[in-house]
Amino acid sequence: MPATITTIAYLLSGILFILSLGGLSRQETARRGNTYGMLGMAIAILVTALSPEVTGYGVLAVVIGIGAVIGAILAARVEMTSMPELVAILHSFVGLAAVLVGYASYLDPDNALTGVEHTIHEVEVFVGVFIGAVTFTGSVVAFGKLRGMIGSKALALPGRNLWNVGMILVSAYFGYEFVGQPDHGGLLSLGIMTAIASIFGILMVMAIGGADMPVVVSMLNSYSGWAASAAGFMLSNDLLIITGALVGSSGAILSYIMCAAMNRSFFNVIFGSFGQTAKAGPAAAGEQREATSVTIPEAVQLLREASSIIIVPGYGMAVAQAQYPLYEIVKTLREKGTEVRFAIHPVAGRLPGHMNVLLAEAKVPYDIVLEMEEINHDFPETDLVLVIGANDIVNPAALEDPSSPIYGMPVLECWKAKQTIVMKRSMGSGYAGIDNPLFYKENNEMLFGDAKKVVDAILAELKSGAAHAA
Amino acid sequence: MKIAIVREARQNERRVAGTPDTVSRLITKLGFSVTVESGAGLGAGITDEAYAAAGAQVVSSKAEAWSGADIVLKVNQPELAEVELLRPGSTLMSFIWPAKNPELLELLRAKNVTTLAMDMVPRISRAQKLDALSSMANIAGYRAVIEAAGCFGRFFTGQMTAAGKVPPAKVLVIGAGVAGLAAIGAASSLGAIVRSFDTRPAVKDQVKSMGAEFLEISIEEDGTGVGGYAKEMSPAFIAAEMALFKEQAREVDIIITTALIPGRPAPKLILKEAIDVMKPGSVIVDLAAEAGGNSDLTVPGQSIVTENGVTIIGYTDLPSRMAPTSSQLYGMNLVHFLSDLGGATKWNVNLEDEVIRGALVTHEGAITWPPPPAQHPVEVKKTDAGPALPVGPTPEEKAKAAARRSTLALLAGAVALLGLGAVAPPAFVAHLTVFVLACFVGFQVVWNVTAALHTPLMSVTNAISGIIIIGGMLQVSGPLESPVTILAAIAILFATINIAGGFLVTQRMLKMFSK
Repeated sequence: MPATITTIAYLLSGILFILSLGGLSRQETARRGNTYGMLGMAIAILVTALSPEVTGYGVLAVVIGIGAVIGAILAARVEMTSMPELVAILHSFVGLAAVLVGYASYLDPDNALTGVEHTIHEVEVFVGVFIGAVTFTGSVVAFGKLRGMIGSKALALPGRNLWNVGMILVSAYFGYEFVGQPDHGGLLSLGIMTAIASIFGILMVMAIGGADMPVVVSMLNSYSGWAASAAGFMLSNDLLIITGALVGSSGAILSYIMCAAMNRSFFNVIFGSFGQTAKAGPAAAGEQREATSVTIPEAVQLLREASSIIIVPGYGMAVAQAQYPLYEIVKTLREKGTEVRFAIHPVAGRLPGHMNVLLAEAKVPYDIVLEMEEINHDFPETDLVLVIGANDIVNPAALEDPSSPIYGMPVLECWKAKQTIVMKRSMGSGYAGIDNPLFYKENNEMLFGDAKKVVDAILAELKSGAAHAA
Repeated sequence: MKIAIVREARQNERRVAGTPDTVSRLITKLGFSVTVESGAGLGAGITDEAYAAAGAQVVSSKAEAWSGADIVLKVNQPELAEVELLRPGSTLMSFIWPAKNPELLELLRAKNVTTLAMDMVPRISRAQKLDALSSMANIAGYRAVIEAAGCFGRFFTGQMTAAGKVPPAKVLVIGAGVAGLAAIGAASSLGAIVRSFDTRPAVKDQVKSMGAEFLEISIEEDGTGVGGYAKEMSPAFIAAEMALFKEQAREVDIIITTALIPGRPAPKLILKEAIDVMKPGSVIVDLAAEAGGNSDLTVPGQSIVTENGVTIIGYTDLPSRMAPTSSQLYGMNLVHFLSDLGGATKWNVNLEDEVIRGALVTHEGAITWPPPPAQHPVEVKKTDAGPALPVGPTPEEKAKAAARRSTLALLAGAVALLGLGAVAPPAFVAHLTVFVLACFVGFQVVWNVTAALHTPLMSVTNAISGIIIIGGMLQVSGPLESPVTILAAIAILFATINIAGGFLVTQRMLKMFSK
């Protein structure tokens, strides 16, 4: 196949990828977008396979076959609550592939570049391997944290920013050593740098914990894109460059959105430790306060009396898998004419948009699931707000208490509603580790217990009450 | 421990310090035993049988009820003769008004009674659930509107009927404390046009949230005092206030006044000259009647009609006029207080507790009123001290700084690119062009992705970043045992997992999104 056709086919793939991301702008077009993506990928793989450089079809067919089967099984089996882990581990694969492609490209005997172009290629390899290695180990650690195999607490070395700078400087030194060595003599430098970059990735993600995980995952998403782009530069392949850039900017935007949702700068999330600032903050300001609690029948009574309800779900709901009975409650209430909507905070869950996926899985129609900006001004006209397994995202201290570590973070202003009920396992604080004044507000009631059990009990009570009425 | 709920001696008092509901809470949740003086609940429509059914023991003798109890619950302060019935060492919980009743205080002290004055509960957030003054003020505010509606010969809500149009009533509520807010809520839910005035600017949002217009005068002075009350204002302010009220009096149909300053006679806000300009048939309800009234012509305890046909209601027993509700709420305030005191099993009059100390007026043979000043400033109840001003640059300044920063970044980027263009070979520059353009396209496209689809966005970008497979594919065709081939094959394997896994899981997720 002539090279020009390959180039045009790559262009086509690139356009399809852009359309694919564009399709995700709305639910209606999202599935078409995914199809565009698959089509683009199929064209790219096919055209590459047919290009004159590729002759090893046996190996190709075997590894692609195995990979596809593994991928399909992963996709079919994964629990929606485990999406963050899947996403993290897939990032690590891209990182690993980038490292491998980098090494292969360096060792490739057919490489006939000379002079400045040779040097540039070497720099590209070096940078590509560095990003790939950071992405790989960082994603593996993120996976471990999300999976619970590694403690989710932020673990920071003393003076770790110095360490970080040091590691980057040492890597740069080995980069200097690496470039220009004849006969692949720079392999050792490349290897040492890979090791340093791997440690760098581990330390970076280890130091971030808890509620910041969505930022980390989106950041690694971005890195995986840049890694692909770097591979594109090494191999002079525009499609890789384009796709990598698309993915890289997508991850960067997601990280930015997550950071903005917590009113923190990206730099602060990555290099400042949240856990430490939270500890420095005042524990419980001033007087001790008491929260009042309700029983399940009382809560059901409130649900029955309200004519408009907003439900604020948090990760606690997802962990307890309470979204299914919750939607049954919503259906029952909607049948009797109550307006019920869901309010989603950008950082609810462990992945951007995670809560939406979990609610979608429980068949909650997406038009009653609203974003923070869409729904925040509706709280004062709402009779009842049900907060399930969420804490920091409904903390009024973010707006009212300048000394609070989360001051300035946009939150769901549910306390403005006539009544709120907070379902929680205990009075414990959320990921930010700070007290929540919402619990002590006059119009708030606590409902203690495991989210799933409580929601089940409410559903039973609601149904039995409905039967009595009939 | 034994609690007695006794009959109120004051004339026309219909309230009672407990209902069957609160009695059963005292028994089951707090572990007390409860006696009720026969007939105690009749004013609130509660029979002795209803108390008995809730687990209380009903006794007919007044003396037995009073002297047999460890704790006596009451609404109004006891008559001096009643104090004689109290057993030394027992506890009394009721309104006491210690400033007005020094003689009563002395008697209680002499009797060695522990007295907790429900009117002295500090107004801090923790104590809100036992704040009986707020409970009663809420009821009084609501009832004020109902009393006004009863005397007022017209609709509250405007109506367009076949026979013609009826305009809505205009209601002015002065003082937006607990009672004022309740009155605003009641009047606006009846359909009236409600306006409100308060010297404390912080209550503006609360007034608006209850559906009323907040009236303001041009002089700026903050009337926020301690304990959620207002303080006395300057003469200039008062003059402006009076002018406003007079102007409003001409226009509105109903005025409800709730202005109280602690420890002083109620401020005179509605002067005779303002009443003179009111329309015949208008109604003034003066909730401050007991403290002398906010209007010149108020007669405490009575409803009068002025020469120009304005009804002025000065009832001082508004909560008692809604005895079932006020008894229930007061009873719950007592339950919460008793629960804070440890219930029957862990009874402890803890002098360290700010709420208990505040309410405690006699204890162990001593008068403990007034309480020592609180350690920290008393939190203003019901009025958030206004949003704290953010320290640091204003949003506009921030936006400007951000704009400056992004312009700088753009310039720096352009300079760096030009510099690179000067030294780099053409092939690299071509790739760089593609890269930078793709970044910009990516930014533009991804910003449009709805937040609800961010997880599918991540999984689809996961899948397409598997495009790195091409890198592997281009290197896999060498001899099988060469390291390049092996590395490339592994890269292809992982990239394929990514591609297949990413696209399929995205598809699975997107299928779930349904309308």
